Amino acid sequence: MTDTTQSSPDFSNDILLKMRDIRIDGYSDEQWHPIIKGVDVTLRRGEIMGLIGESGAGKSTLGKAAMGYTQPGCKLTSGSILFDGVDLAKASDRDKRMLWGTRIAYVAQSAAASFNPAHRLIDQTVEAATRRGIRPDADSRTDAVELYRALQLPDPEIIGNRYPHQVSGGQLQRVMTAMAMSPRPDLIIFDEPTTALDVTTQVEVLASMRNIVEEFNTAAIYITHDLAVVAQMADFIQVLRYGEEVEAAPTRQMLTKPEMPYTKSLWSVRALEKPEVKGEDIVLSIDNIDAAYGPQQVLFDVSIKLPRGRTVAVVGESGSGKSTTARVITGLLPPLGGTVTFNGEVLPAALKDRSKEQLQQIQMIYQMADTAMNPRQTVEEIIGRPLEFYMGLKGKQREERILELLDMIELDESFMDRLPSELSGGQKQRICIARALAARPDIIICDEVTSALDQIVQEGILQLLLRLQKKYDITYLFITHDIATVKAISDEIVVMLEGKVVEQGLKSEILSPPYPDYTKLLLSSVPDMDPDWLTNFLEQRSD
Amino acid sequence: MSEQPVTYSASAEVGAVRKRRSRLERIGLLLKSAPATAWFGMIVVFFYICVAIFADLLAPYGEAEIHAAAFAPWGDEFFFGTDQIGRDVLTRLIYGARNTMGIALATTILSFLIGGGLGLVAAINRRWLDQALSRFVDVLMAIPSLIFALMLLSIFGSTITSLIIIIAVLDSTRVFRLTRAVAVNVAVMDYVEAAKLRGEGLGWIMRREILPNIMPPLVAEFGLRFCFVFLTIAALSFLGVGIQPPTADWGSMVRANASLIQFAKYDMTAAITPLLPAAAIALLTVAVNFIVDWFLHKTSGLRE
Amino acid sequence: MNAVLSTILKRLGMGVATLFIVSAIIFSSISMLPGDFGETVLGQAATKETVTAFRKELGLDKPAPVRYFEWVGSVLQGDLGTSFSGRNASGQDRSRQVSDLVMPRLWNTLFLAGVTAVIAVPLALFLGLTAALYRNTAYDRIVNATTLTTISTPEFFVAYILILFLASLWPVFPSLANIDASTALGERLYRVALPSLTLTLVIVAHMMRMTRAAIINLLASPYIEMARLKGASRSQIILKHALPNAWAPIATVIAFNLAYLVVGVVVVEVVFVYPGIGQLMVDAVTSRDIPVVQACALIFAATYILLNLTADIIGIVTNPRLLHPR
Repeated sequence: MTDTTQSSPDFSNDILLKMRDIRIDGYSDEQWHPIIKGVDVTLRRGEIMGLIGESGAGKSTLGKAAMGYTQPGCKLTSGSILFDGVDLAKASDRDKRMLWGTRIAYVAQSAAASFNPAHRLIDQTVEAATRRGIRPDADSRTDAVELYRALQLPDPEIIGNRYPHQVSGGQLQRVMTAMAMSPRPDLIIFDEPTTALDVTTQVEVLASMRNIVEEFNTAAIYITHDLAVVAQMADFIQVLRYGEEVEAAPTRQMLTKPEMPYTKSLWSVRALEKPEVKGEDIVLSIDNIDAAYGPQQVLFDVSIKLPRGRTVAVVGESGSGKSTTARVITGLLPPLGGTVTFNGEVLPAALKDRSKEQLQQIQMIYQMADTAMNPRQTVEEIIGRPLEFYMGLKGKQREERILELLDMIELDESFMDRLPSELSGGQKQRICIARALAARPDIIICDEVTSALDQIVQEGILQLLLRLQKKYDITYLFITHDIATVKAISDEIVVMLEGKVVEQGLKSEILSPPYPDYTKLLLSSVPDMDPDWLTNFLEQRSD
Repeated sequence: MSEQPVTYSASAEVGAVRKRRSRLERIGLLLKSAPATAWFGMIVVFFYICVAIFADLLAPYGEAEIHAAAFAPWGDEFFFGTDQIGRDVLTRLIYGARNTMGIALATTILSFLIGGGLGLVAAINRRWLDQALSRFVDVLMAIPSLIFALMLLSIFGSTITSLIIIIAVLDSTRVFRLTRAVAVNVAVMDYVEAAKLRGEGLGWIMRREILPNIMPPLVAEFGLRFCFVFLTIAALSFLGVGIQPPTADWGSMVRANASLIQFAKYDMTAAITPLLPAAAIALLTVAVNFIVDWFLHKTSGLRE
Repeated sequence: MNAVLSTILKRLGMGVATLFIVSAIIFSSISMLPGDFGETVLGQAATKETVTAFRKELGLDKPAPVRYFEWVGSVLQGDLGTSFSGRNASGQDRSRQVSDLVMPRLWNTLFLAGVTAVIAVPLALFLGLTAALYRNTAYDRIVNATTLTTISTPEFFVAYILILFLASLWPVFPSLANIDASTALGERLYRVALPSLTLTLVIVAHMMRMTRAAIINLLASPYIEMARLKGASRSQIILKHALPNAWAPIATVIAFNLAYLVVGVVVVEVVFVYPGIGQLMVDAVTSRDIPVVQACALIFAATYILLNLTADIIGIVTNPRLLHPR
């Protein structure tokens, strides 16, 4: 780390925030247990720090602690939080309130929930500045319009008169940045501000956030789990794991020469790439599918072919119809028109009309392993049920097969009688894979199976899926919005937009020019691990 | 983070740190953490259950046995005195525990069977059946249940069977709503979808996938509904249209002896006599409420 | 505004439909009567002719839908039918119009409920709000335990305790709330003191707990945390950020409890021998005077539906999503 030697003298006013030995405990299961275990943070004026880590690393808790705020159910047990000379760990509520919203501002992840539904956006934007009398209310309102303009919001003069539910998520996130910026704070905490957004929206929001923070020379702590995103924003990066600091270094150094094994492993997942193989034997094809939820049509003339033993990745943003396509294939959503053909025979449209054998051949793995397993069933019951149900295995045979499956997913006997709550995220997803494998399917539909997982775990799961494919000649339909994952696992790619297939072909064809417009936008919007990426992207676009 | 090589082991990955305990250990631990109010509740409920079960052994006289003196004072022969036609109050109290609690319990169970069963079915089959049941329940709930009960009792007459069926059906609307609401939350879970994709039948999905996951709120609701049913039956009996004499029942005991209160200045114990069954009712519902409160707090995690 | 208007109209339509179905249920209850009902009302000695005449008068000889619409028609004109009581086996009819029985008592009940509501609603809102704000303090715990105890207690227990202390041991108020049309307002208030105090205690407990829960739920919203992190003080958070979003839940709480009051009134009227509609209904149930029971049930149900309708409409009118559609 560049500047955190404990003894470094406080040589200037340059240092805005100095957190030392922060320890925070959380209360659950009837006891206090540590969430943050002694972390130091030093931030200079105008500097942007990236705080990255996986879910549960404590990054959000630490970010809020920088304001001297701990959520209900958490408590600061030790440490000092010197903000411009004031120790927020000891300051009274009143003193902290005087700083919050004026000198330290907060931008939350869920903009939709964080705006008060009863007030107009502009009233909420200027609220803090007006309350503390930073400038006359009318001036704040003029200023807010300028901020909206600077953040490239459409119709900056009138958008402030709208209510939160009247604007889109990406816009709301920018209004929240304007709200944070309105009193011209010294420090802004960005708490995963773009996580809930689609990639093409995310890039716009990132660009406008970065511009405005630079323009006013505001210091910021940018919290995220996405390395590529933080690379665009931060001057230096601090990596957190299990409430402890793993490594801290300037962005470029961190990206090129990570030191700790953990940090290195975070980087490696992006390097994974499966060599593509063309497949001729079509195991499943869907042809001219139209589908609707109620009166709203969501799929328009969708046709996709799955070659046996290959992976077809379906990419697209939320609402593009990729999950709906999966629902049509499984029979959960009978289509309005079109057919699903499996091994040469047309499958009945509705789930209830399909035979047990047909159901057995197409298995599914879900995004959230948490909700995909019954929390009241043990691993043995979860994996054992398809064995009983499809193959009628019982007793010893069943147990042997379960052990075999556990072995395939690199887990052992000791997992048999665990409940899902006693497994880690990666282990849960592995059990779900084992449940799918238990049916000995031809096809496994993977619906965003890695996107809820931490990066290091993602890699393990992807490699496992590839190994299984090789060994058992399984076909994957792999739904994802993440281009890195697509590169890692696919042979063929289908790009979807607004319920239509934009493009379909071998990975090498899709990922190289010439691109149709949308594919180009989609691919180019995904941040690289290059700190100059955003700058280049914006330059290219303005050409 | 220290010496973790690049090779990655799935089984070594740290899951949620939770010690496995046997059921007995968990119950022990749970009881240890129970607050005073919950302990109070549990002791009271235990006591009531004992009284109800061993009523025949505990009661000094027969349930409807009539003695010479009406409104006899408290004393050795009649511990809490006698009522308006000379029955021993203590005996009536003890049998009342069995009758009132038994009827309330039977009603609550019946109401859960009806409401819970239909609620589950409605939550899984979200089409016409759900629509029809939900609308029907909306209408039933648009009439205050005590009023509806009074009306139906006036038609079918106040027998114990009609009392149980009427209250159970009316109360099952609330059970239906709750069961449906929590079951709908579970029914949209991926694991239920996974079971459907596997080809499981409705029965399996209800019993194995949904029911175990909605038990905690249902158990809490059972406690609350029991209190409500218990109070409703007590109120109906008090009004004279519930449990009919000579069956001993706390609600009607209050009404029958109520006139004694005006003698408070002359004989305090006499004035307290009608309050005894009322207090017995209140104590039980308070106790159950305390337990449910604690249970809800436990199962909902740290809500506040 | 169109979205608001159409939502309100939809809700009103639903209310009317519910009322119709409820009235149909109440009406059809009479056809569920056992066959020998005429004899029960008229006595064992009733001749076949009188029973037939009685059935005819009830209209039991006509098809049910016809009877229903005739009944609805007369109810809408204020005619609630004729009471069963006062008839006898010989065919003599000294029965009274149901509306004559019900109306004066309805006003008495509304008076009692109104007095109670005026005291209970503000008190409960205040207690609930303060308990939510000072959550987990000693104040909150005491209020919580007290109200939990009160709501678990039958109304008649509260009533008799009050009678014991305030009427019997220290005769401050009368234990019988017998009033009639000629009773002056001051005297009326004095007489209904104990019944309305009983109801107040019960209602306040319910309403306070629900208010507290609603406010705590509201305060857990992310936008409230955001307001804190914007440096708003406690009072600013409550007044500016929580209150505008609180009308709908509070209206629901009030309506629910007023509806509860309507039901609670039955027991309390019986305890204090108050000549209200609740007591009338209980008497009618005991004597199986079906027309009176029907009329009372209809009135109770209508009040109940109306209260819930009002709450929903307040919720609609204060919902920013409907007020300012996209």
